[in-house]
Amino acid sequence: MIEVTEKKDYRLVTNEMRLEFAAVSDNEAFARMAVSAFIAPLNPTLEELSDVKTAVSEAVTNAIIHGYGNRGRVTDRVQMNCELRGSILEVEVVDRGVGMEDVNRAMEPLFTTRPEWERSGMGFAFMEAFMDELEVFSEPELGTTVRMYKKIGLGGWIVSEE
Amino acid sequence: MDEDYKVIDNYLMIRMPAEVDHHQSVDISKRADRYIVSKQVGNVVFDFERTTFMDSSGVGVILGRYRKISCFGGKVYAVNAGSRIRRLLLLSGLENIVELVEK
Repeated sequence: MIEVTEKKDYRLVTNEMRLEFAAVSDNEAFARMAVSAFIAPLNPTLEELSDVKTAVSEAVTNAIIHGYGNRGRVTDRVQMNCELRGSILEVEVVDRGVGMEDVNRAMEPLFTTRPEWERSGMGFAFMEAFMDELEVFSEPELGTTVRMYKKIGLGGWIVSEE
Repeated sequence: MDEDYKVIDNYLMIRMPAEVDHHQSVDISKRADRYIVSKQVGNVVFDFERTTFMDSSGVGVILGRYRKISCFGGKVYAVNAGSRIRRLLLLSGLENIVELVEK
């Protein structure tokens, strides 16, 4: 894993969760449901909920099929760390798989290393389209960390202002 | 499930599941291709009536079937595609490949 953790300022953090699960495709749905449940108290709109679920699904699928080569080993692990700062959601998806030489190339729409698996090459493009911000850190042989941010619903903003 | 696949004339109708992700997509592609080959259908119709979630894997399923049938003049159609699925198709540049059918 790439060390991207800087000293954390917890003063603004209102909620946090960390998950680790096996890199098997059943857990794509699990990760989406977990993040939905995590942001539920913010009263996200259906649109926001779909946006976050799609982005998380893309990141977790990437970790499972590209990071760990789709080998379905239970000992391969994906971490999903979520954090709320008021109404700002941060989701981090971390794998310790093969990593990437050229992150910018991987992020180009339609680029895929796995055309034989019918990957559309739209994963990063969807993450960028549905979240407010996207950061990708990767190192060959060490793994990949995807970090995404999105502001969630006015409902949550009103609650945190009270 | 096989009851979600139906061949009518030259069309393979596929009732897409509630959640179209990578996990589901592998199975959909495999089954669809079996029908395309064994029943020799020219066109594929994806029915999104039940679908509440889709990611780029679903785009891959549509693109993959399109590649298989388009060389024989076949087309892919989407029915009951809500605004969310339309947006995904548009973002992926599939609007010229998939014909959206209003019901």
